[in-house]
Amino acid sequence: MADLKAQIIEQLNLQEVAPESIGNDQSLFSKEGLGLDSIDALELIVLLQQHYNLRIANPEQGPQIFQSVRTMATYITANQTVQA
Amino acid sequence: MSEKVWIAGGGVISGIGLNLQACLQAFRHMQPGMTAMQHLSSVHRNTFPVAEVKADNATLADMARMPENISRTALLSMIAAREAWQSTGLGDVSNYRVGFVSGNTVGGMDKTEDFFAEFLADPRKGRLQQVLHHECGSITELVADAMGIRHHVSTISTACSSAANALMYGSRLIRNNIVDVVIAGGTDALTRFTLNGFNTLMILDQQACRPFDDTRTGLNLGEGAGYVVLVSDSLAAQLQPWCRLSGFANANDAYHQTASSPEGTGNYLAMKGALDMSGLQPAQIAYINLHGTGTQNNDVSEGIAINRLFAPHFPPMSSTKSFTGHTLGASGGIEAVFSALSVKEGIIYPNARFEHQMKELPFAPATAYTEGNELLHVMSNSFGFGGNCSSLVFSKA
Amino acid sequence: MNIYINGTGCISPQETAQGGPLLATLREYDQVRLTNVDPDYKQWVDVKQIRRMSRVVKMGVGAANLSLEEAGITQPDAIITGTAYGCLDDTGVFLSKMVNQQEEMLTPTAFIQSTHNTVAGQIALLLGCNGYNNTFVHRGFSFENSLLDAIMILKEGSAKHILAGGLDEITNHSHQLLTRFGIYKKTPVKTMELLNSPTRGTIAGEGASFFLLSPEISPGTVATLTGLSTLYKPLWEGEVIGHIMKFLEDNNCTPADIDLIVTGRNGDIDQDEIYEEVAAALFPDHAEACFKHLCGEYPTAAAFGMWMANAVIAEQQVPEAAVFYGKAPEKIKKVLLYNHHQGTHHSLILLSAC
Repeated sequence: MADLKAQIIEQLNLQEVAPESIGNDQSLFSKEGLGLDSIDALELIVLLQQHYNLRIANPEQGPQIFQSVRTMATYITANQTVQA
Repeated sequence: MSEKVWIAGGGVISGIGLNLQACLQAFRHMQPGMTAMQHLSSVHRNTFPVAEVKADNATLADMARMPENISRTALLSMIAAREAWQSTGLGDVSNYRVGFVSGNTVGGMDKTEDFFAEFLADPRKGRLQQVLHHECGSITELVADAMGIRHHVSTISTACSSAANALMYGSRLIRNNIVDVVIAGGTDALTRFTLNGFNTLMILDQQACRPFDDTRTGLNLGEGAGYVVLVSDSLAAQLQPWCRLSGFANANDAYHQTASSPEGTGNYLAMKGALDMSGLQPAQIAYINLHGTGTQNNDVSEGIAINRLFAPHFPPMSSTKSFTGHTLGASGGIEAVFSALSVKEGIIYPNARFEHQMKELPFAPATAYTEGNELLHVMSNSFGFGGNCSSLVFSKA
Repeated sequence: MNIYINGTGCISPQETAQGGPLLATLREYDQVRLTNVDPDYKQWVDVKQIRRMSRVVKMGVGAANLSLEEAGITQPDAIITGTAYGCLDDTGVFLSKMVNQQEEMLTPTAFIQSTHNTVAGQIALLLGCNGYNNTFVHRGFSFENSLLDAIMILKEGSAKHILAGGLDEITNHSHQLLTRFGIYKKTPVKTMELLNSPTRGTIAGEGASFFLLSPEISPGTVATLTGLSTLYKPLWEGEVIGHIMKFLEDNNCTPADIDLIVTGRNGDIDQDEIYEEVAAALFPDHAEACFKHLCGEYPTAAAFGMWMANAVIAEQQVPEAAVFYGKAPEKIKKVLLYNHHQGTHHSLILLSAC
């Protein structure tokens, strides 16, 4: 999950955010959490494609997968093919 | 200052016709313009249908009487602007103080994106001719120069509302006695840049788009150009103008860089402002040419704003983008011509492929082409990125 | 109707964002590409929002805020920008990725930030401003069109406080391309030697200058925007001279009423010739100030020129570094800015002390 956090920070250009400061279960989109928005969700879809070869065709799946770093990691583990 | 501004004519080239009459035929015969890409070269050729102008650059250059190697955006602009001018019977451009105000979103990007492959490999490479007209303003000048327009030349770029804002600015130029006539509207050719850009937002429909339908999943891009000719009161007296540009307003949604607010705040303020300028009540509007892109977000925000302003009397309304696709910087101009003609000929345009009522709204779009209706006042909406919301009102007198 | 300049803000290759006397600390360069002296943008934009902003967006938001602060206005009624090139950096980023990645795995941020109205939209978003919002993108007239739009709307009475500005950025791509077009000097040239350099070409610049315009004067206001005019592709020098004479007449003055001319000389011997001819024909004994050796050449550089002209009126003197010829009179009441871009876009801006 540490890798994933670093990737999120890089993809979204989250200046002044340290990977360890993002909690595994911290909300990514709520105001109390990281406060990401719909554009970030689209960026995260590309992140999954680039780093994990996972394609999300329907953006409406986003909110469920991108609740927290842990839900993202779970999704990646569950859907990644053997070769990746 | 309070001088009225009239529409003396108009011209359109789009995915449903190379001129205004051809576009009208397409509406009459319910023939939308979306097909697989013929002229734009993209890896997404077989994924996303587009409403391309059905002619290659050589044919367009012939029609425009311009060189074939210049941007398709300029060729489209020239063809529609000349048609608009000729429809007025004003004659020689040099007899008037004429302005040309044109909107576009990416200038000569169609050439720039070809240039960039070579340029990125080596910054000394690539034919400079291809980026000579990259700037939005350069496209406008190619056309102004070819038409002999010098009194006022300007370009507006506010994404999808560019051309509607060109009509507002043009109207103010006339009211302030800076010029007597303004050719106002916009142009945009399809480019890989915009196609891929909209694709990153995941708002392109892989089928033909379904504006204001509950099952809509996105927009189709289109291309084209559309211009009206605005004239002063005194000049209008010597012509038979189509109608009057009686009201307009621009407002900002100030909600998000690309998305519309759920309440459609900017949309509401633009429509309300345009009505106020024209001195009309909502119930007096006889037809609305919707922005109606077919995205989830736009149609619900626009619909909710219309509901707030017009309930309980909803005029017939439709999105002509269900035929032309979303032509971005050209859309406000193309739809201004359709709307002005709507007042002149009493036309209500059909909204293609509407089947399922949107659950958020108490009204549905018109689905049949009719003409000869008594339409005293028609509204046209154009909303763009950056929260840019514009609304125009055309009136019989 | 008088149109007052109630606030100004400027971010440029000079230290213009800091406040204090005009050009108190001159930044002297010896290069053909000038870069902005950036203020700390976090004073206006929080970290969360700034992460997506390219330089041109930041400089626009910054200069807009400076002018609002000076005018003491928190919410303008309209926002109008002029930018010839728009958001070049984001355009270049998206275009490069699109080419290099064969149209695959592209992300939306650069695309949505690449639209020409991003700056005007961002200012509205940050201020929560629902008012009129427009962006002109017409080469050397972009800024002038934004002023004209503002003037017409103020005269209409539909807005009271309008934020109008001009801005452009340089990127590596744009600089490489414009260099290939032969616009710039082949070798570096010192700031204070540019205007007398005997060769073709100029230096590249960038910047953002905003103005808060209103029919109501506010405390601290020093000048009115008295007149504005553009001339597209004049056929010969005589047409320019005739246009300036007509402009002065329309604004009820003669060359004798002008205390200072500010010209857009950029050090290109060919392009500067028209300034010589205009000065010889209409203003042979007038003091002349210049600005493009300070901010560089770009299509909306006249916005910097107007900012400087307003500051000269405020201080009632022309800083040494801006003087090109002569000495301005004791009282500087009327300043005429004459600029042209590439010989095709000529503009006149008249400011009067109030």
